[in-house]
Formats: sequence, structure tokens, C-alpha cells
Amino acid sequence: MDFLIFKAPMLMVQASLDGILLGILFALIAYGMALQWGVMNIINIAQGDLVILGGYIAYTIYLWGIHPAWGVIISPIIMFFVGWGLYKLVINKVVDRDLFISILATFGIAIVFQQLMNFIFGADVVVAQSEYGTTMLFDNSVTLPNSKIFSAFISVLYAVALVIYMKKSRLGRAIRATAQNARAAKILGVDTEKVYAATFGINAALCGIAGALISITLTLHPYVGLPYTVRSFMIVIVAGLGNLPAVAVSGMGLGLFEEFADYILGTEFRIGAVFLLLVLILVYRRFKLSRKREYLK
Amino acid sequence: MEKLKQKDLILYSGLIILGLAAPYLFSAFKVQLTYLCVLIVLAMTWNLQGGEMGYNTFGNILFYGLGMYLTASVQVGMFFPLAEWTESGGEKTFVHTTAQYFQGIGVGLLVAAIIPTIIAGAIGYAILGLRGHYFAICTLGLGIAAGEIAGGIEIIGAGQGFTTPPFPAEIVDAEARGKFFYFLSFALLVGTFVFVKYIYGSRFRLILNAIRDNEDKAEAMGIQTMKYKIVGWMCSAFFCGLAGGIMGGLIGYIDSTDVAFDGREMGVFMVLMAILGGKGTLWGPVIGATLFHFFKEGLWTLILGWQYVALGVLIVVIVVYFPEGLMGWLREKYPERFGEVIDEKDRKAQVELK
Repeated sequence: MDFLIFKAPMLMVQASLDGILLGILFALIAYGMALQWGVMNIINIAQGDLVILGGYIAYTIYLWGIHPAWGVIISPIIMFFVGWGLYKLVINKVVDRDLFISILATFGIAIVFQQLMNFIFGADVVVAQSEYGTTMLFDNSVTLPNSKIFSAFISVLYAVALVIYMKKSRLGRAIRATAQNARAAKILGVDTEKVYAATFGINAALCGIAGALISITLTLHPYVGLPYTVRSFMIVIVAGLGNLPAVAVSGMGLGLFEEFADYILGTEFRIGAVFLLLVLILVYRRFKLSRKREYLK
Repeated sequence: MEKLKQKDLILYSGLIILGLAAPYLFSAFKVQLTYLCVLIVLAMTWNLQGGEMGYNTFGNILFYGLGMYLTASVQVGMFFPLAEWTESGGEKTFVHTTAQYFQGIGVGLLVAAIIPTIIAGAIGYAILGLRGHYFAICTLGLGIAAGEIAGGIEIIGAGQGFTTPPFPAEIVDAEARGKFFYFLSFALLVGTFVFVKYIYGSRFRLILNAIRDNEDKAEAMGIQTMKYKIVGWMCSAFFCGLAGGIMGGLIGYIDSTDVAFDGREMGVFMVLMAILGGKGTLWGPVIGATLFHFFKEGLWTLILGWQYVALGVLIVVIVVYFPEGLMGWLREKYPERFGEVIDEKDRKAQVELK
């Protein structure tokens, strides 16, 4: 325990800004999760590993000498097809089944992904240098990497673009119709199989964008996927499915929580704190719901 | 009926004799056999939640890891200062005498059984109120949080791990260590099997099944579902804690995320084994664990480096194409052997409908 942060107001500003910028990135991943959860009713444990894979794609083009920021365009395109293929290979067989089946099956996919990434990219912690420099605020007492501002900006841009796409385009309407009632949509001529594949592809593409942003702001490692899955799951259950502003807000809230936990508990407990928060949120939710049930009785 | 009982008796006594003779027959594979016993125990206890109660938990690894840390801590802490032990790491400044070692592991296993049981009871009310996938994800988070937190606590070795006391050097018999842990785990296996078999013949199992099939209706029938769910989880925690304690002694080294709270291996293995064998059956987890262990030991060395890829693919294949497991498949094929009567007319009618 270290309460230094409460004695130094500048540290607090630093942690808050870091947390909010990080939280926007988490919200983007959570948006993908909410999309596939809402439309296909599956929980994808491999979400975080898709993010990391997207990050490695950006890292690869960085190794080829291209600026890693181009990853936010290239990575989602590749990841869309990865997601599409994954759907055709495995996910289409678990869509209508018990949720636990989808959890276990995607857990298996996550293990395969982790191991393959370990083979291909090695087990070292890597980061793509964007060389965007840093912004100094308040007499140099708060440092803010420009890459983080860039990543938050790109996340918002893509999220807004996707919302407009979902509202206006034909595929977006089909996806929303399938989410509301898959059977009725099918009767009315929507090719739900294609919609599911596209949804999973879009989800993977969102993960690709987030991964490319993580490759320049944070670090990449083959085995750090699961915390991203848990973060996005947490954001979705707090915000609810299909409530985009709430996803953004709770994403930022999670980012803030993490930065403060990092300062107060120490970095070694950061991931532990995230998982513990998940347990606490679920337990809180359980007691809230059970009160509601008693009231109904 | 009488005849069937006799058949059972022969089967069980045969298995026990085989179990007792195994370390002498397959003397080179004692460690593998110990692993097998522990895996079967884990699969059977997982089956109590996942198979019988319908609560697919990833969290039983929590009790396994707790048992491991508790046994080792008690075993050391009874005689020496724990903090200095873990600080010294591999270099042993303290040595257990033979009597101290066995005393320590005895008390340690006792603690490893009791404390996880109490913890299961304490957190049960909060956690088991969750339904379906929320429960699955929550327990997944619980197991990983435990591993991350244990990796930050200095007194139990933090990130560098915890070396459990070495087997007393005064015992000259080189085989003694392997035999000791094998018989310990075999005793645990027999105890678990007897206990689970007793549950299978009792009203308790019917209640658990009622919870699985429809919890709200079970509650409406006047069953206090929460009480039974917690008791069921406590039973699992008891045996998982013991299994963890034995494994800690056998492996000799405890790492927070790779050995104790090993959600990526043990935590998934227990689910996979139970599903492979057929969840919701007495013999399913036993058969599943045995098959899985043979498969793993046989193939792991052949596909060195690719074993986790194989594991992931195996999970996907089993879960997607084989969710009923071996026992479920047999049941589909030979329903008469499971005491199910089939109405031939009804079956024909259904075939015609298709």
C-alpha cells in the first residue's frame, strides 16, 4: 500500500489522464465484445488474443520499416478475414449452443492463438516505436505520450464510424435485425449465417485496431490476452449490451481504476486487481439482482 | 440384483489390488501414476459441480492452489521461520528430520483440506448465486486473481516460487519418495471415489440434479438450493485442497501461476477430462482422466513444443463435436446397459418423423 498519490495532486492528474486515455482503448475492445455477444450470443474468451494478434500484425509492419500507425488500417483488414475464417471454422458450430460451450471452445482457440504467436513472434515483450514524442503539461510535472492521445483519438474515430455504419448501411441493419430476432430476420430474407460471419469479422477487426494501438502505446506479449478479454467482459456487463455511451464511460472508469490501483497497490498487483474487480462486480450484480427477485416475490 | 453386487465387488477389489500393485508393477512410472490419481480426483470433484449441479466452474483450481501453498507453508512454518525459508530459495539452511517431515506433511494436509473447505463455504453464498456463464467467468477470474495475488506475496516466495521441503535424506530407499506420494494420492483417490459414489446413491445427488435441470422449480419445490450448492462446493474444495497438497510435495516447487493456480493447465484439464469421459456420470471422469493422461503422456513428448496447440485443438474438438463425452456416447449406443428402457415403437415413429 502506498498512498503517495493522494499527497501529490500532480500524480493524481497524471493517473487520471492515463486512465481515461487507456479506458477509451478498452471501450473499443468492449464494443466488439458487446456486438458479438448481442448478435450471436457467444462469449469470446479469445477476444484478448485477437487483440494481441492485431498488435503483432502492426508490429510486423513496423519491423518491415513502415510506420506502425499504418497498423490501424492494415491490421483490421487482415483481422477481419481472420475473424471470418474463425467463424467458418469453429464459431458457427457453437452459436446456437449452450453459452458454456462457446466459453470453452473459445478458450481452446485462445490457447492455440497464444502458442502460435509464441512460435511466430517469440516470447519477448515487444513494443513498436511510434516516435510521436510526449506532451508536457503543468510545468512538465505531467507527461503524456502523444501516442496515447493518438490511440484515444483513433479509437473514438473508429467507434463513431462503426456506429454510423451500423445505423445507415444495409449490413448494419441486417446485423441489428438479427440481434433483435434471428428467426424473424431469417424469414424476412436476411442471410443470418453471413451476418454472423460479418459480425465476428467486424469484432475481430475492432480487436485488430485496438491491438495496433496497443502495440504503440503499451507492450505486446503472447500471453497477455486474457486480461483484455476480462476487461472487455467487465465493461460489457457493467454497461449492458448495446449501450454505447455507457460502454465508453465504464471503459474510462476501468482505466481510472487500473491506474489508481497501479499507484496504490503496486504494479505487481495490477492484473490481480482487475480480476478481483471482475469478481466483485459480478458478486455485486448478483446481490442487486437477488434483491430485485425478492421484491418481485 | 445380488449378482450385480458381486460383480461390482470383483471389479472394485480388482481395481484396488491393481492400484496397490501398480507402483511395483510399473516402478518407473510412479510419478505418472500419482499424477493420474490426482487428475482423477480433480475430474471427479469438478464433475460434482459441472456435471451434477450444472455450475461450470473454472474456480476449483483456487482450492487446489490454496491446498498446495497451505501444505507447504504449514510443513515449513511448524519448525522453521517461513519468511527465511522462502528468502533462502534453493539453498537449504534448514533441514527437516524424518519425523518433522512426516509430522509437517500430515498437519499440512489437514490444514489444506480444512481451510479451502471453509473458504468455499464463505465465498459460496456470494459466488454460487451467479447463474450460467456469469458463474463460469467469475470463477475463471477468481482463479487467475488468486494466482496473480499469490505471485505478489513475499512470505510465500512471491514471483520466485516456493521450494517445498525435500524428502528426508535419512531414508535410504530411493524408491520411498515415489511410493509415499503414490500411496498418499491413491488413498485420496479411493476416499474421493467412495465419497462420490456415496453421493451418487443419496438424495443429495437428486437435489443437485434438480438444481441443474431447473433451479427455480427446485426452489419452488421447497429445496433450499443455496444450502446444497454451497455444501456441494465445499465437498469439492475439501478434495481439491488435499490433491493440491500432495501435488505440491511431489513437484517440490511451487510457482504461483505455473504450478499452483495453474488455470491454463490443471484448471482446464479438469474440465476437459470430465467432459471427455462424460459429465454427470460416476465413471465418466475416471475414464476421461485416464484416457486424457495416457494421451497426454504418450503424445506430449512426440509433439514437443506443439503440445499447447494440440491441447487447444483438443479442447475445441471435444467441446464442439463430443460434448456428451464417452459415457454419453455409450449411453446413446447401448441404452439397455444403463438401465434405460426404450420404447421401440416410439423410436421408430421418431425415425419416420425425421
